[in-house]
Amino acid sequence: MTVWNSAQRLRDERIRAGAAYAQGKRVAKADATALLEAVIRPGDRVCLEGDNQKQADLLASALAAVDKNRIHDLHMVQSGVVLPEHLDLFELGIARRLDYAYSGPQSQRIAKLLFGGKIELGAVHTYLELFARYYVDLTPQVALIAAVSADREGNLYTGPNTEDTPAIVEATAFKDGIVIAQVNEIVDKLPRVDIPGDWVNFVIESGKPFYVEPLFTRDPGAITETQILTAMLAIKGIYAPYGVQRLNHGIGFNTAAIELLLPTYGERLGLKGKVASHWALNPHPTLIPAIESGWVQQIHSFGSEVGMDAYIQARPDVFFTGPDGSLRSNRAMSQTAGLYACDMFIGSTLQIDLHGNSSTVTADRVAGFGGAPNMGSDARGRRHPSQPWLLAGKEADPDSPAPLRRGRKLVVQIGETFGEKNAPMFVEQLDALKLASKLDLELAPVMVYGDDVTHIVTEEGIANLLLCRSNDEREHAIRGVAGYTDVGRARDKKLVQQLRERGVIRRPEDLGIDPLDADRRWLAARSIKDLVQWSGHLYAPPSKFRNW
Amino acid sequence: MSTVTLDNAKVERQPLVSTDSWYEASARQRVEGLLDANSFVEFIGPEMREISPHLALFDLPEQFDDGMVVGLGRIDGAPVLVAAQEGRFMGGAFGEVHGAKLKGLLRAARDMASMPVLILFDTGGVRLQEANAGELAIAEIMRALMEARFAGVPVVGLVGGRSGCYGGGGLIAGSCSALAVSEQGRISVSGPEVIETNRGVEEFDSKDRALVWRTMGGKHRRLIGGAEVFADDTIESFRNAARYLIELAPAPTLDTLEAEQARLAQRIHDFGDCADALDIWRSLGASEPETIPALSYEAFVALADRLQEPRHDAR
Amino acid sequence: METLNYRNKAQQRAKGTRRQAIVGVVASGNLEVLVERILPDGECEVDIRTAAEGFGEVWQAVIADFVERRSPGGLKLSINDGGARPDTVALRLAQAVSAMEGERT
Repeated sequence: MTVWNSAQRLRDERIRAGAAYAQGKRVAKADATALLEAVIRPGDRVCLEGDNQKQADLLASALAAVDKNRIHDLHMVQSGVVLPEHLDLFELGIARRLDYAYSGPQSQRIAKLLFGGKIELGAVHTYLELFARYYVDLTPQVALIAAVSADREGNLYTGPNTEDTPAIVEATAFKDGIVIAQVNEIVDKLPRVDIPGDWVNFVIESGKPFYVEPLFTRDPGAITETQILTAMLAIKGIYAPYGVQRLNHGIGFNTAAIELLLPTYGERLGLKGKVASHWALNPHPTLIPAIESGWVQQIHSFGSEVGMDAYIQARPDVFFTGPDGSLRSNRAMSQTAGLYACDMFIGSTLQIDLHGNSSTVTADRVAGFGGAPNMGSDARGRRHPSQPWLLAGKEADPDSPAPLRRGRKLVVQIGETFGEKNAPMFVEQLDALKLASKLDLELAPVMVYGDDVTHIVTEEGIANLLLCRSNDEREHAIRGVAGYTDVGRARDKKLVQQLRERGVIRRPEDLGIDPLDADRRWLAARSIKDLVQWSGHLYAPPSKFRNW
Repeated sequence: MSTVTLDNAKVERQPLVSTDSWYEASARQRVEGLLDANSFVEFIGPEMREISPHLALFDLPEQFDDGMVVGLGRIDGAPVLVAAQEGRFMGGAFGEVHGAKLKGLLRAARDMASMPVLILFDTGGVRLQEANAGELAIAEIMRALMEARFAGVPVVGLVGGRSGCYGGGGLIAGSCSALAVSEQGRISVSGPEVIETNRGVEEFDSKDRALVWRTMGGKHRRLIGGAEVFADDTIESFRNAARYLIELAPAPTLDTLEAEQARLAQRIHDFGDCADALDIWRSLGASEPETIPALSYEAFVALADRLQEPRHDAR
Repeated sequence: METLNYRNKAQQRAKGTRRQAIVGVVASGNLEVLVERILPDGECEVDIRTAAEGFGEVWQAVIADFVERRSPGGLKLSINDGGARPDTVALRLAQAVSAMEGERT
């Protein structure tokens, strides 16, 4: 006779095994490893909540301490590989296979483990793609998650850094998986309920806040004149002519410069209220001056940012907040917003090739993608019109009849032609390709595909790839803003000049911008302290960013 | 539907928010802004190419002025001698030429005995690559400085650059007639990393920048009487401080040295048991010491004037 | 350290009457440019001491563009470089010529 509830039975078995260590749902911190050994089975798909920011650090240590004779060959399915313990699992032989999206701080070590064969790589995903697979073929059998607090029934308050938790728990709890939460504390009454208690099987009180990476804090003190020049070019050459109101920014210094130039340079250009009003964005501290100057109408966030909570609570007209007043972030929702409801993504990258493909993978770093590929891609399922989308579509395809013409999302790559240690941003071939052949991957980890990129901004100017009509034009539009890199110096000067005359390439002087005006005095804040002052002392930056 | 049109006529060159930050400025920009317009005459300028004789041996970059700008200028028409360290070149550290330029300026001040000296500190201490020459320079500068002061020359130190005022720079600052410091400025002898290396992270966590600033930063130095004036982080504010302190600076006598000794003994007596600057501020009478780092310039100046007399005859 | 020297013909004499100027500082990723009006009107010389070795071709290209765009005739530019990127070099060179456009000394 066919059994239709084997997964339910297995779940119940796991819960019974775990219950030996629990009082109700509550498990003592000291029993965390024993609980995991009781609940997890060899070969399980496990999501160890490692988000872009929030980390289930206690559960990560507990999992890394299990007996590998009992628990082994785990298949880790988590968006962020951030903590050392995430990789210890592979070194120790507890885990074998990995599907992930982002690995910022561990990018070098993950590369070593991949080369050494310690990690069997499924794929490097975009966030939405990984979340989607939680519901199709990568559903976790066990999810180990992090929240701020729980009540006696196991209801969870995730705090401002809700991030991936709802997407993970929904997939796990409703497909007969086990959800184990670490919480900073157990309380009688939660500020609000982010995850209902009947979706949660076990709760461990860690006694201290989970680790959060301050990933979106950019010190205005480190912004260079060249970055300011690229910001001026972007504002005057892209934000203004397209009238971009709905957008997402990457986390680099160029876009931080744009944020700090909106209330100064943008104001001078008369753009207030006409651009940059609706955002899918983490609460970037560098956006505070623009918010305080009345530029920003609303922001939906993937996660929060260290030190921004009090400021966010005091600006509920701008941010999404719960009845308790604190931020409710949600990575899956905000990624969807960025993909479908934003007209522009602008961000930095490490390498761009002659087709416009870009990647943050270098020979010894596998950083993963984070949100850029979802933000930085044209949503083919989009159907609602907007001015920038229609205008970009028209530039790409002037001949089709307007009612049948697809619009285009503006996907802008911005950066200096040379990056850190004089490494060129423009290359003949991406390091991602070398990595793919070395690891025998079917797909090279390309962050943004060339056919999605619409503009490239460097200190040399703006290349509008929408206006290119052939591969040769496209290549020379890229060479034409590649500065003194090998790729830039190999340009055909005549062809580049023709592209400039057609407006495909626009130099600073074509936009009325003198590079000598790219001065740090344009920055609405030139230090973290300035940001604190703009915020009315509501922003409390982490100590490592202070000089007072 | 229309695209946004730019009103180019409105685009002016001058940025909207523009205060001249002392912290951000280069040594030359500080000198320019501190003095009356066009009054600065540089001695041994970069075109003389008096570069360090040591750095080439270490295959290191040189700077034409060796990170020290010295010369003569005017404030409100009155002549002053000025020395400014470039804190971004080798952390503003003292080398042979760098030090000799300041020593020479102080000796000239001593011999003329008619013009005050302003020292714009921005230094991590002595250059490792020319340590002996640098240490000698520190000793010679301190001697020249004291001789100038005994000749009746006010020597005023201004501290607010990114490299702070550390090592031998801290010793020289301690020899000055008077000091002005901004919030960003730090004055000490051993730097945070040095303390952590020698005494352990439990003693001093150099990465805890809030701790670093409340132990060595401008607000703390003002509160315990290490600096007479707390300046805002603008060139204008430092100019006002310089003007005020030149007038105020007392000539050293045996009495002032003894008074200084007594003041230091009293400081140890009052604060010797304090484990943290917050305890010191509390025992000075600050009711909410933990709020002090966040206080605005104006609020802090008012508080500091209440808790600590703004001047001492002794330093 | 590597030393490089480039002599170029300049179209026009640099504007202004200033005798010398200095811009920038020597720091990681930064450079100083000392500019002196001491050459015949049609000439421009650039003297470089740089911490980043092996970038001669890039320097040559940056300086060729600079001479063409800014016409720094009569100027000798002496550079101490702490490993600045070409965009920073180009900016400092432009700032140096601009600083000479003033009057006096």
